[in-house]
Amino acid sequence: MTPNLHLWLIPVLPLVGTAVNGLFGKKFSRQTVAAVALLFSGAAFAMALFVASRFSSLTTPHIEFLATWIRAGKFQADFAFYLDQLSLVMLLVVTGVGFLIHIYSVGYMWEEGGFYRFFAYLNLFMFFMLTLVLASNYLLMFIGWEGVGLASYLLIGFWFTKDSAAAAGKKAFIVNRIGDFGFLIALFLLIKHFGSLNFDQVFQSVIPMGAETGGAGLLTAVGLLLMVGAAGKSAQIPLYVWLPDAMEGPTPVSALIHAATMVTAGVYMVARSHVIFDRAPAALTVVAITGTLTALFAATIGVAQTDIKKVLAYSTISQLGYMFMACGVAAYSAGIFHLMTHAFFKGLLFLAAGSVIHALSGEQDMRLMGGLRTKIPWTFWTMTIATFAIAGIPPFAGFFSKDEILWRAYQASWVYWFIGLFTAFLTSFYMFRLWFMTFFGEYRGATEDAPAHLALDIHSDTRAGAPAPHGHGGIHESPPLMVIPLVVLAVLSFTGGWIGVPGSLGGSNRFDKFIGPVFHSTVTALGAEGHGVATAEREAEGPEAQAGHGTELIFTGISVFAGLLGFGLAWLLYYRNPQLPQQIAAGLGGLYQAVVHKYYIDELYAALFVKPLIAGSALILWHGIDQDVIDAALDNSAHGAREVSDSVRHMQSGNLRSYAGWVAAGAAVVIAYMVWIGTR
Amino acid sequence: MNLHPMDLDRWSPIILTLVTFIPLAGALLLLLLPRRHRDIRVFSLVVTLLTFVLSLHLPVHFHRAALAGFQYEFDRSWIPTPNIHYHMGVDGISMWLVVLTTFLTPLCVLISWKSIDERVKEFFIILLVLETALIGVFVSLDLFLFYFFWEATLIPMALLIGMYGHGRKVYAAVKFFLYTMIASVFMLAAILWLYAKVGTFDFVTIQNAIRSGQVAGFTSAAQWLFLGFFVAFAVKVPLFPFHTWLPDAHVEAPTAGSVLLAGVLLKMGTYGMLRFNLGLFPDQARANAWWVMILALIGIVYGALVALVQPNMKKLIAYTSVSHLGFVVLGIFSFTQAGLDGATFVMLAHGVSTGALFMLAGALYERRHNYDISEFGGLATSMPVYASFFLFIVLASVGLPLLNGFVGEFLVLSGAFQARAVYGILGATGVIWSAGYLLWMYQRVFFGKITHPVNERLPDLDLREQIALLPAAAAALVMGVAPLLWLNAIDPAVQTALAPFAELASKVVGQ
Repeated sequence: MTPNLHLWLIPVLPLVGTAVNGLFGKKFSRQTVAAVALLFSGAAFAMALFVASRFSSLTTPHIEFLATWIRAGKFQADFAFYLDQLSLVMLLVVTGVGFLIHIYSVGYMWEEGGFYRFFAYLNLFMFFMLTLVLASNYLLMFIGWEGVGLASYLLIGFWFTKDSAAAAGKKAFIVNRIGDFGFLIALFLLIKHFGSLNFDQVFQSVIPMGAETGGAGLLTAVGLLLMVGAAGKSAQIPLYVWLPDAMEGPTPVSALIHAATMVTAGVYMVARSHVIFDRAPAALTVVAITGTLTALFAATIGVAQTDIKKVLAYSTISQLGYMFMACGVAAYSAGIFHLMTHAFFKGLLFLAAGSVIHALSGEQDMRLMGGLRTKIPWTFWTMTIATFAIAGIPPFAGFFSKDEILWRAYQASWVYWFIGLFTAFLTSFYMFRLWFMTFFGEYRGATEDAPAHLALDIHSDTRAGAPAPHGHGGIHESPPLMVIPLVVLAVLSFTGGWIGVPGSLGGSNRFDKFIGPVFHSTVTALGAEGHGVATAEREAEGPEAQAGHGTELIFTGISVFAGLLGFGLAWLLYYRNPQLPQQIAAGLGGLYQAVVHKYYIDELYAALFVKPLIAGSALILWHGIDQDVIDAALDNSAHGAREVSDSVRHMQSGNLRSYAGWVAAGAAVVIAYMVWIGTR
Repeated sequence: MNLHPMDLDRWSPIILTLVTFIPLAGALLLLLLPRRHRDIRVFSLVVTLLTFVLSLHLPVHFHRAALAGFQYEFDRSWIPTPNIHYHMGVDGISMWLVVLTTFLTPLCVLISWKSIDERVKEFFIILLVLETALIGVFVSLDLFLFYFFWEATLIPMALLIGMYGHGRKVYAAVKFFLYTMIASVFMLAAILWLYAKVGTFDFVTIQNAIRSGQVAGFTSAAQWLFLGFFVAFAVKVPLFPFHTWLPDAHVEAPTAGSVLLAGVLLKMGTYGMLRFNLGLFPDQARANAWWVMILALIGIVYGALVALVQPNMKKLIAYTSVSHLGFVVLGIFSFTQAGLDGATFVMLAHGVSTGALFMLAGALYERRHNYDISEFGGLATSMPVYASFFLFIVLASVGLPLLNGFVGEFLVLSGAFQARAVYGILGATGVIWSAGYLLWMYQRVFFGKITHPVNERLPDLDLREQIALLPAAAAALVMGVAPLLWLNAIDPAVQTALAPFAELASKVVGQ
């Protein structure tokens, strides 16, 4: 008898927080609201730790049934929860980072209106995200999947009186729905062919199937459609456009939802579905290519952004690209490893950026920052650790995970590796650019005696996600409630990679050993058939892998060098010689403009899809077909519109009784006729 | 759920009669009441609530295990010549439609409390008569009785629009009346043909006669009979391209009229297709399914796109009904268990959430006497409770999982996909459109800064309005979390309805 861990409590606890704050929070003091929100998100974290402590005694996957949700004929979907190494890692990341960000938010949002609303939404997000990672079937996962989208919508549009925030929330929801469309079709395919959406049943049916060659087949279709869903949620090409706009939300939201957790849901979903992807090499290739291109594409945009949060947003898109690159070469555990370290350092980067913004009373333009390292030292040092982590400098967390991805990518194709390497260089460059612009040099923003002395055309509406200016002026370090989460995440960003030190560096990659079985479990079945990508992939870890350690070390050296090169270039351009960037930008002309304007993709989508759709609907469908064709035809067939309206006017002239009489008389005639016909 | 056998025995034969005619009895009593508005309103509320409570007897004592046939049946000869029976009964599908009707009507009374302040007595009489007619449609198992109630819904609804509407109300009322009336004549012809051949209006008898091949000349007439019923239902649904009466009727109708129109009246059409087009003419239903599904798909996409660009909030909601009812038709003509289960569930879910949307639009109209979206903006600041209710219902309507819209849509699309993948795929684009039109409208009405000074002082929902909306919101949530409460009665009924199709399929395989 397996123990009952009451897994359902983990998502439901934060939901209780939502209910309490959502229904009564308006009357609560801020302290009470914060206590409720922290209590329930903290309880979820505690439950997750408890589950982790009992984990070794479980047979995995451990499935807990709560109730049946939907049943139609033979199809059934349950509220049931699925725990294995993969969901445990996700569980710990989501509740742990989530709880820290809840703490931080208490400090960050303290002076904001709608305090209770904010925490009700934040807890709601936790509910849906935990449902997503604990679901034991695709339909329950879809609840979480759509639900986190809702929480994201609500939180992006938290400052709803701002048009840009409201528009960004709507955009996020709709673009995500396009992805969900793909997800849904994948589910229909699974139902049609396997009659179930339960992970264990679907995977049991899929495991005996061979790998599909020639890029066609059921599993390939399912894989591609799932990837459409993943591209929406995890902001990959071509559906990434919502994420930069999502920065309109409060910064803790950007940290939790749009960096650490929700946007990684697509990666989790692909990894969860690895049994399908392993047998659909064509779909896997699409995953890898999408991830690789997105990583590069977003990084190039990140290079030219001046809003501190926008840089981090594009960086997130780019890092998510790495995770898909990993999944695409069937290195799922590397992808999840990066997902975890990224949650630490990117969560930290956003929180630290929030602390900078907080210190500057809402300023987000890096051109108006500078020299902040002495003024906000805690923020500076923690952000420094995060920056080194994302830049892939050893021994920070990001180094190990990114390096593993690049190494595994190389084994699939040098092209993935090379683009990934170049992206690593760009990443290091734009992150150190941010670091230098924010913390070094002279302070360029407005002070109490002098307004911003930068002769730049800075539109106030480009500021996104800024809290309302605080009463107390001057640049100040954030309160302890905000600093403590920074420090904890900094420790994790520093040490978090050490659980995945590869053999080539003398480690034993404990992370891979822990989570690996989830992805190995199917390999035996595949191996028995003697084909499939995963098999070839795993062989690389056999004896030959030992011999490959030398090569691996060389590659590690190259990627560290790329990171250092990025640092050097940033140092040169943004510390040593700050005039240079502008000259270079001027020299690049149109190319630079294209990058600054994010390659005009938003404009392109508007011109290609949004505007034609709206104009077509109004002019052709509504005015054209509805009014000019259908209604006109109707009126004609009713002996001309005039006569109808004449008779109408006639009836209208009478009072209620005569009108009712007309109608009743009509009905009576019909009924009499009916009876008469019937009696014949 | 066989709680008290005694209880069941005593009530079951007459429960449908009670539920159907209590509103009518209430209307007759209203005639005698003096014209004191408050008394009339309270009395109407009591009558509709009583009807609702009584109607709960149906799901509570329903035998969910019983597969075939109708329950709570009552069958007496009414008029010997022509052979008309007073035959009532429900299955797991029609039962919920009855409950939907009795659930929405008290809410309509509440929401009309203040907005109707002229000819109050007539209004509530009409409303109660309408309720009886609507329930009668769903419980009749005699085609004559069915047709009687079917036509009987027309008069009170037309009166509601024509007398209590706004703007071009009489145009809208007459358009509604003539349009659906003319279409019904085709159904009448089909019914009379059947009567002439079988000698009875009894649904079950006719069904058995057709299935056992005892109806002379049926094979040659079947397609026409199918179409006769279908046209009447398609106009009522309304299926593209028969939908243009709907936006006009909705825009001009008073709130209660819109709620019952969208919430219940449209479902008469889809219910009719399910019961009669599938129940009596399975072969023809199969043969005609391809184009019916195409029309349904056009309705889904077309209704959504036209909704997207409506400047008038109420018209927007009206067009969303065209889209949502497209899902229902798609599900019905997929002839799959999931498709029909889903179609029935969408009927109920749409009734609740679109009913609530119309109540919300009506609340705004009471304050501003305007439905133009451009007249609003930033209302979340001045009316936060209203904004919360509205968002909740919008989310239910866009099919967010755990709210009621999702379950039905998912099942319908899954069923359509099983029937024919491309239908499921095209239908599934609906999930994108619905998010588009509703969230865009919501953004324009509630977000941003208040642009019209008059909106700054709009009062938020009062207690009465909240009491009217709360049950709808609660239902939207419960239906989304525990759809099994509904599905476990629907599922067996659908299985029964699909039995001839399974035989059909096996016949095709056998050939």
